Amino acid sequence: MRENEAYQASCKERFFSEEENGVPIARAVLVDMEPKVINQTLSKAAQSGQWKYGQHACFCQKQGSGNNWAYGYSVHGPRHEESIMNIIRKEVEKCDSFSGFFIIMSMAGGTGSGLGAFVTQNLEDQYSNSLKMNQIIWPYGTGEVIVQNYNSILTLSHLYRSSDALLLHENDAIHKICAKLMNIKQISFSDINQVLAHQLGSVFQPTYSAESSFHYRRNPLGDLMEHLVPHPEFKMLSVRNIPHMSENSLAYTTFTWAGLLKHLRQMLISNAKMEEGIDRHVWPPLSGLPPLSKMSLNKDLHFNTSIANLVILRGKDVQSADVEGFKDPALYTSWLKPVNAFNVWKTQRAFSKYEKSAVLVSNSQFLVKPLDMIVGKAWNMFASKAYIHQYTKFGIEEEDFLDSFTSLEQVVASYCNL
Amino acid sequence: MTQSVVVQVGQCGNQIGCCFWDLALREHAAVNQAVLIDMEEGVVNEILQGPLRDVFDTKQLITDISGSGNNWAVGHKVFGSLYQDQILEKFRKSAEHCDCLQCFFIIHSMGGGTGSGLGTFLLKVLEDEFPEVYRFVTSIYPSGEDDVITSPYNSILAMKELNEHADCVLPIDNQSLFDIISKIDLMVNSGKLGTTVKPKSLVTSSSGALKKQHKKPFDAMNNIVANLLLNLTSSARFEGSLNMDLNEISMNLVPFPQLHYLVSSLTPLYTLTDVNIPPRRLDQMFSDAFSKDHQLLRADPKHSLYLACALMVRGNVQISDLRRNIERLKPSLQFVSWNQEGWKTSLCSVPPVGHSHSLLALANNTCVKPTFMELKERFMRLYKKKAHLHHYLQVEGMEESCFTEAVSSLSALIQEYDQLDATKNMPVQDLPRLSIAM
Repeated sequence: MRENEAYQASCKERFFSEEENGVPIARAVLVDMEPKVINQTLSKAAQSGQWKYGQHACFCQKQGSGNNWAYGYSVHGPRHEESIMNIIRKEVEKCDSFSGFFIIMSMAGGTGSGLGAFVTQNLEDQYSNSLKMNQIIWPYGTGEVIVQNYNSILTLSHLYRSSDALLLHENDAIHKICAKLMNIKQISFSDINQVLAHQLGSVFQPTYSAESSFHYRRNPLGDLMEHLVPHPEFKMLSVRNIPHMSENSLAYTTFTWAGLLKHLRQMLISNAKMEEGIDRHVWPPLSGLPPLSKMSLNKDLHFNTSIANLVILRGKDVQSADVEGFKDPALYTSWLKPVNAFNVWKTQRAFSKYEKSAVLVSNSQFLVKPLDMIVGKAWNMFASKAYIHQYTKFGIEEEDFLDSFTSLEQVVASYCNL
Repeated sequence: MTQSVVVQVGQCGNQIGCCFWDLALREHAAVNQAVLIDMEEGVVNEILQGPLRDVFDTKQLITDISGSGNNWAVGHKVFGSLYQDQILEKFRKSAEHCDCLQCFFIIHSMGGGTGSGLGTFLLKVLEDEFPEVYRFVTSIYPSGEDDVITSPYNSILAMKELNEHADCVLPIDNQSLFDIISKIDLMVNSGKLGTTVKPKSLVTSSSGALKKQHKKPFDAMNNIVANLLLNLTSSARFEGSLNMDLNEISMNLVPFPQLHYLVSSLTPLYTLTDVNIPPRRLDQMFSDAFSKDHQLLRADPKHSLYLACALMVRGNVQISDLRRNIERLKPSLQFVSWNQEGWKTSLCSVPPVGHSHSLLALANNTCVKPTFMELKERFMRLYKKKAHLHHYLQVEGMEESCFTEAVSSLSALIQEYDQLDATKNMPVQDLPRLSIAM
């Protein structure tokens, strides 16, 4: 009982502040350049009756950014800088021990991407001692926004400079989870967002601070960054969760830690997006081989090399879970020892409806291929100068594009050469 | 919320506009902003006496008794300068009533005098006065058998203005609208369908606020265009899981400033009374959007080159349905090499009245080229013989150079499309990337 209370208290303190009548208020600031979505969000939260967003925690305008990164960054940004930073400051002041910012945005549109990049930059200027992690939605490969590749490269290159870590979620991957694992027939964005929220929850819900302690970790954001971003050139993190299934299937399935962890490890090394269709024929290179061979083996077998990994386990008998498989030096680059590259957090408390669940937050080559694809597509489009006039109209010049391309090619090369 | 101001110019423009408001009222109870301009009292008076009289403020009307005589020069130069101040005043008043003005919708025909001449004159005025507000133009292009002899002159003179001062143009021709109506009539009357067509679900239906009888075939045709405008603005007016504002249309569909002509199609044309729409019906809606029979212009996008395509879906359709259909249809469509995934999509939860779902497709596609080329040919036939030219040249401010400039503007545009078409069947090559020193 007390365990439960401690968990809830930790959760509440981390994510909510309290109002006089006891209703928890999310420690959140909502920003959009048009009102429809924010209004929906506010009323949906209030409907639950259990929590809500702060009354003055929103900043809204009447007209969006038109999917234009330049408009979000160069027009909306400076225009509304003061108002937005004021709201943020008020929220920060409410915190007892403030560790940092978690910025949720997409890369494909105009506001989340452009204004998001602008705000992150401002946060870097005004709160240089605080941590910043950006959670970024990687758009579907096709069919959302035509200029999404331009918006994405501008976003990523700017954030690489001003953010501490980028937690990236791919719509395509989440979509497959909904289709194949959750068996949802007509997938909506609501379904996608539920899965995303679940993944975030598995990462950020409280966990114990050390092996034998019963105190909850007080600074998960800081700990995460410390474990996973040892070098500023490597900031891209991704999340893999196991299990994911529909309520119906759950009733008939039992899990063992050994089984879950085996799957999770295989997902890591074979670069799988989810727990189905994992390539079982990928295995880490044999240790003892000189680095050169190691690299060519990687290329042939699509082996995913990691810089650092964090595994979070939630559920029954968690102390018995064996994570030795993740400590294999063959999984990692040579410049970090596994003892530094791998960490595990645990809690007995189950998460959501899963009796046992595991999540992997990984700084590895997971995102190299998607990044490479986006850069390639944006480059092809840039070569024809298509749509560039829409950006130069608002102060983002061809040079800015070239700078972005250069930074990202650098990131791709760095990750490839692990 | 953002607002748009509708500018209805000329006989055609006002008749379409009328249908638009009729249908708009069906979707909302709100009053919107409009400026009605016509040089003949007949049409506007009709509106004022009808049930829509409360929708429009008489102060928003500008009328003159004589009309433009199907002469672009009269509409553009004479009435333009005569009424510029008055029109500007109306625009300013309309804009003041708007909380956040995003867009001007101009509705007009290209072949006549007022809609064509004065309508395009207004574009320049709007650009100067409200530079940040988008200008969307719905232009009715003259069909082959047009009853106005000088329609090619009027159209080409107008096109130069559209090239230079419009953000987006939706070209439509009467023949296509007529063909669509015939198709609907055939389906409705054939009795081939097992179930009956839902009343009021035809894309040609009006709400009934206007007089019931279809006086002219234009009524049904105008309703199609009105539906087009409604669907275009649906995402700005209603909620959905993937909104698309009007400024996003321009951003995504106009890769180069001059190439801003979008071919549109609306599906379905009618809804069957079958309440549970199985995926096959839904998928049929997507397929139809790309068939040449559903385009509002005589054009075949499937056999030409896409620069970009927008799909605006309304109703109970989810992202997975949308994605499935894009994947399915992609192989049969050709996209320009630098925009192989040139799709812009939106989902609005509220369907049009009488439908459970609908789709508006906007294609930036080289299939507009034939329309422009035909227009140019018809123009040259007249111009070579200097037929009717004096009617234009006698208007103050008009010179032969107006004609030559207009036709070369069009030729340049056609050439742009030619160059793109030349790349059509070429293999797509990835360009060499920047190499980084490690």
